[in-house]
Amino acid sequence: MERRSPILGVAALAVVVVAVHLLTAALGKPFYLTQLSMAAYYAIVVMGLCLVMGYAGQISLGHGAFFAIGGYTSAFLTTRNVGARLPAGLREALGHVGALAPRQDLYGADVVAVSPWLACAIALAVAAALALAVGYPALRLKGYYLAMGTLGFGLIIYRVLLGTDALGGVDGIVSVPPWHLLPGIEITGGKPHRVVNYYVAWGAALAVLLLILNLTESRVGRALRSIHGGERAANAMGVDTAGYKLKAFALSAVIAALAGCLFTHYNGGIDPSEAGVMKSVRYVALVATGGMANVWGALVLGAGLTFLSLRGWFGSFDHAVFGGLLIAIMSLAPEGPLRPLASWLARVGVRCRPRSGTGKPEPETGSPRSEAPNPRPET
Amino acid sequence: MPAGTGQVRFLAGGAHGVPAVAVGAWGSAGGSGTGAGSVSQVVQYILSGVTVGSIYAIVAIGFNIIYSTTGVINFAQGEFVMLGGMVAVSLLRVFPLPVAVAGAVVTVALCGALLEIAFFRRLRHPSALQMIIITIGLSIVIQEAALHIWDEKVRSLPYFTGTEITSIHLFGAAVSPQVLWVLGTVSLAVLGLHAYFRYALAGKAMRACASNPEAALLMGIDAATMRTASFALSAGLGALAGCVMSPITMTHYEMGTGLAIKGFAAAILGGLGNHSAALVAGLAVGLAESCSVAVLPAAYKDAVAFGILVAVLFVRPHGLFGSAEVGTSSREF
Amino acid sequence: MRRVLAGLCGACLLMVAGAGVRGADTVKIGALFAETGPAAFLGAPETKTARMLAEQINAKGGINGKRLELVIKDTKGDPATCVSFAKQLIDEEQVLAIIGPSTSGETMQIKDLCEKNGTILVSCAAAEVIVNPVAKYVFKSPQKDSQAASWIFSTLKEKGLTKAGLLSDNSGFGSAGKKQVEEMAPKAGIEIAISEVYDKGATDLTDVLTKVKGKGVQAVINWSIVPAQSIVPKNMKQLGMEMPLFQSHGFGNIKYVEQAGAAAEGILFPAGRLLIADVLPDTHPQKAVLATYKRDYETAFKEPVSTFGGHAYDALMIVVTAVGKAGTDPEKVRGAIETMKGFVGTAGIFNFTAEDHNGLGLDAFEMITVKGGKFVPAKP
Repeated sequence: MERRSPILGVAALAVVVVAVHLLTAALGKPFYLTQLSMAAYYAIVVMGLCLVMGYAGQISLGHGAFFAIGGYTSAFLTTRNVGARLPAGLREALGHVGALAPRQDLYGADVVAVSPWLACAIALAVAAALALAVGYPALRLKGYYLAMGTLGFGLIIYRVLLGTDALGGVDGIVSVPPWHLLPGIEITGGKPHRVVNYYVAWGAALAVLLLILNLTESRVGRALRSIHGGERAANAMGVDTAGYKLKAFALSAVIAALAGCLFTHYNGGIDPSEAGVMKSVRYVALVATGGMANVWGALVLGAGLTFLSLRGWFGSFDHAVFGGLLIAIMSLAPEGPLRPLASWLARVGVRCRPRSGTGKPEPETGSPRSEAPNPRPET
Repeated sequence: MPAGTGQVRFLAGGAHGVPAVAVGAWGSAGGSGTGAGSVSQVVQYILSGVTVGSIYAIVAIGFNIIYSTTGVINFAQGEFVMLGGMVAVSLLRVFPLPVAVAGAVVTVALCGALLEIAFFRRLRHPSALQMIIITIGLSIVIQEAALHIWDEKVRSLPYFTGTEITSIHLFGAAVSPQVLWVLGTVSLAVLGLHAYFRYALAGKAMRACASNPEAALLMGIDAATMRTASFALSAGLGALAGCVMSPITMTHYEMGTGLAIKGFAAAILGGLGNHSAALVAGLAVGLAESCSVAVLPAAYKDAVAFGILVAVLFVRPHGLFGSAEVGTSSREF
Repeated sequence: MRRVLAGLCGACLLMVAGAGVRGADTVKIGALFAETGPAAFLGAPETKTARMLAEQINAKGGINGKRLELVIKDTKGDPATCVSFAKQLIDEEQVLAIIGPSTSGETMQIKDLCEKNGTILVSCAAAEVIVNPVAKYVFKSPQKDSQAASWIFSTLKEKGLTKAGLLSDNSGFGSAGKKQVEEMAPKAGIEIAISEVYDKGATDLTDVLTKVKGKGVQAVINWSIVPAQSIVPKNMKQLGMEMPLFQSHGFGNIKYVEQAGAAAEGILFPAGRLLIADVLPDTHPQKAVLATYKRDYETAFKEPVSTFGGHAYDALMIVVTAVGKAGTDPEKVRGAIETMKGFVGTAGIFNFTAEDHNGLGLDAFEMITVKGGKFVPAKP
């Protein structure tokens, strides 16, 4: 990417987000915002995974597990009546501090559970700890072994969630309360909160985008790209490849967990299928479609395709579409379809232009590893 | 779409409640845990483990064939097993059982070859990441295609010999005769592959491609054809496994994924590329699973296979018998 | 607490009142089924049934002259997709009611949503928690797991058996059933000597059954979904376990019998009378409904009828009947369902009350067994 500050790009995207909202309002389809919000949360996971796959070059087939861990931790802590078991004095003290949030559930029973802020913080910590614990042995592996290792991890988490009655078993956790962010702004799924939640979701997505862009433009990003380009060479140059890979993995896990927390409060519940293989593979498909090292692509195409899927555009062929995308992209355009598409368009543009001038120069492709087969030069 | 096997099976099964092989008074009162009872229990667990273990072994061998010739790990291996069963059930409506099974094996082998030609041949120097992702995508697409071609219903082939209730007694435990078919098929497959790789020209050529592709090319071996052949062989073997296990495990469109994961666990436990180790490892995984049921709640049975997978990956990725050079095509037999 | 409920009702009413026009001459009902995916054995017959019924209703002139528009969405058994489609049906399609989803997991994820939005939900999933605690707008059409368990226990006692082994799978259906059986067994005087959970995709259960056999049980209860329902009887016979096998009302399709072949003989399970519609006397109140549905379904789709499709039949007909009586105001329809008595469905005869949003009693079940490869009543 060019060296201009990412803030301009993010601001432009923010304008687009607002424009989409106004468009849906004008067209009389405000309910699209619901699915756009859900899509934004899933896209956050995709962006985090892009950091690991595109920049550090590691594959993770178990990222759904981190999303689920974040969501489940947050859901469990905010729905269980933990306060009832504490001595009254401690309960009041924690309540004053804001750690506990008494409320009444849908059926009128009193519940004193952990406040969503604290629950989220704990969820992120758990995800980070697990990512470090799993990543430390896993990231020493290469290629297939890493893929299977992360797959195995995801499967184990899925089975644990499925088999633990305290976590709701197959049915998952429901009746997760709204999360009051600020006066008047709470993360919840109800109709009156739809617009606000749309901005919360996309605000979070843009914030994560900015974070990752800043990271990739920095020293850390260059270190990661050097690992992707050639790990031994990077090691020889003194880059702590193991440490960077682990940190990238942990960061992406925390990002996925954050998305999980927000999503759970938005949807009011979570279930074990979020940790399943299909979801994890879908994230990989979306990273590949957006362009392996292209965070913008990850966000825009990730959110876009998820939105279409949530609206049922692909019907019964939903899984097949994502499977097909995986095959097509990896066979034809492994670094993502956007660049070849852009250069193909440029070629078409050149052909349509009159013979004067040389037309647009080809954009600098950057990474030393060859990506899509180069188009044969036209005369 | 109706499955169509039910009627055939009833005709083949004969009178209801009359087993072909002695069941007799065995176990009718339920085991009582006496000395003799626990020996037969142990044997039963072992037989159980060997049953599923041989299924894992044959999937693992399928992985190894493709891996050793092309360096690709084919996540879609489980789907070949599923397709074998599905195609055989469909063919059974028109042909007798042996023809249906043979037809299924040939069809799926062709599919495997076509897959290799369509998706892998065109790639130049693909990275491991690319290959993984493509095969995962293939596995999903094949699954969904199976759903739309057949449907979501569970189906199965009739028992090759006997019926659903016949059992054979070995050392105090009972197994279905179909289990012997599975074991027999797996053993034959292993022996056949051994002979093929060691004595047949084509087999030796495949081994050559695995050890040193450049040298193989210099010797005039067409690596591309060998790769296609290895896919076809692996697919056909998987299909055969799918047919022979269908009466026991039933065939449905989603069965591929679980099999692939456990088969892969067996493959890396033995060391990728090592066929005889795959057999041993597959049986080991199966035995570990069934014996775990004896001491742990059955709910943790699957965790055993996944646990083995993760443990091997993290502790000893080249498996029990593989060489330390992970990622190169290691020794075969 | 009552004030909160009242406030909730008031809010619901306001939302309903302000919800806008529901097409003057169509009645829009949404349907969420898992037509594909791991729960397709439930959702596929449910979808087919719902579509067929809707066509039939419209062919006869609709509901009080209004056309029935059934919006069916395939959730693929995925709860997050189900939530998304539910919100779409409620907000965008503005449906009067939703039938389905097919599984308990999906239903639980949208239970609160429907309750808060005042959209009637008649679920085709079995779990008790769907209607317990009772949510005003949420109903379910399948029979109660606890009553299925009761029937199993009473049949065990009739046979003089008191020691049973329980096998269940890790699906929502299996875990809900396990809970009911384990809770109710002591009260019914039955000892559950061993209770094991296996993976719903398990292909061979001889090891688990060996463990059960070792406990000297007099009967085996298996509560699972396909394909285990066919694998357990086969494995039992292969192991030489001759004791009676009881299954749950999930065994509701003759195909499962076919797959178990000769091993299915003598299996006992409680189920709706749809499976034995042919042998019901003409005087039975359910005979007409069952025979018609069975004939229509089997002619249209050339596959045997199953109790799961029947749940969709019941759910849709309950809503349609209520709309026919009370019009299209959601509050009135809800009230009509809640006060519906003697509604003849495939699963049984429904008698709803404010506390019982399922409406089926013990008599909805009949103990069925397999003889000669066919379903017959256990007590002729």
